[in-house]
Amino acid sequence: MERIPILKMGRLLLVTIQVDMHDRLAMTLQDDLMARIVKENAKGVLIDISALDIVDSFIGRMISNTAGMAKILDAQTVLVGMQPAVAMTLVELGLTLPGVSTALDVERGIKLLQASLE
Amino acid sequence: MNKDGLVVLATVIQQYHAELLDGWLQRMLTGAIRRDKTAENELSQQASQFLPLLVKAIEGGSTDSIDGANWDDVRHLLTEFSAARVRQGFSPIETASFVFSLKEPIFAYLRVAMASEPLRLIEETAATSSLFDRLGLFTIEVYQKTREQIIFRQQQELLELSTPVVQLWKDVLALPLIGTLDSARTQVVMESLLQKIVETGALIAIIDITGVPTVDTLVAQHLLKTIAAARLMGADCIISGIRPQIAQTIVHLGVNLEDVLTKATLADAFVIALKRTGSSIHHPQREG
Repeated sequence: MERIPILKMGRLLLVTIQVDMHDRLAMTLQDDLMARIVKENAKGVLIDISALDIVDSFIGRMISNTAGMAKILDAQTVLVGMQPAVAMTLVELGLTLPGVSTALDVERGIKLLQASLE
Repeated sequence: MNKDGLVVLATVIQQYHAELLDGWLQRMLTGAIRRDKTAENELSQQASQFLPLLVKAIEGGSTDSIDGANWDDVRHLLTEFSAARVRQGFSPIETASFVFSLKEPIFAYLRVAMASEPLRLIEETAATSSLFDRLGLFTIEVYQKTREQIIFRQQQELLELSTPVVQLWKDVLALPLIGTLDSARTQVVMESLLQKIVETGALIAIIDITGVPTVDTLVAQHLLKTIAAARLMGADCIISGIRPQIAQTIVHLGVNLEDVLTKATLADAFVIALKRTGSSIHHPQREG
């Protein structure tokens, strides 16, 4: 089955979504990510969605939920690389992802996470 | 509508072509407000093109409406004529009189041609009159449509003109908003802001609303949407240029701007933006 790889960088987990997200894939990613956070004792999660042109309400909510779950497991989530069109769509859908930190690209996202870890 | 009646009209136009053209131009030029040689030449050229097309259309089929295929050429000519007149700044009356001023000369020659049959003359005149009314109304409609297109284009241009995104400093953008914010403008503003954030990698965007005349709940909601979208891209927004009256209105309306950083002037916002991005400005002469 198709899976989205989760990379470990020190105490951070890095997820880059390069394929079109469908609902089952999103749920699998959520399960995998939670398992990895516990296993690696990760303190930060970085989700890169720069390759995604379409984010629907389900995926939007999934990201929001993932951040909430990670928070309970004591890991901070940063969402990076959102396309302008995606940002506008999410705002129109009313999904402003209030609990999720955001950054423009992976580099800044990592900086943000490291700053909060220190 | 009686078919052979308008056939008489067609033959009359063909028979008295030159005289009609003369009478028609005479009427148009006496009614015209502005007169110059090039305009007169153009007019006589268009008039002489129009008559044969009219004959062809009448002979080509139904004259009950001018929507049929046989009227294509006539409509095409009138459309071009009307559109040109809009651009030249003619009024609708001046434009429609092109068709209407042909009526009188045609009636005169119909009377000559059908002098022996008064009853058919009346019928023919009525049918001709209603045909020209339709053609005249068509020119007015085209005139209106062309006007609307011009207005629409100007609106578009205004929209693009009024939403510049400027880079103030490394990582700092400014968006000076001028004019009322409606949904369509918010969309354009949001698009250009987000695009600029991607291009410049900006961390902070200052939205200056000094030029926004009023802020109601809808405008505030549009602002909050823009800020939320920018935040999703990883950029923070500061609202600046809030005038005292607008601050009062916002509170009276119960709009919640508590999650947004607001400053009274663009200068204040800029100082905050510099501090956040780790830059600072020194004034050596003052320190010394």
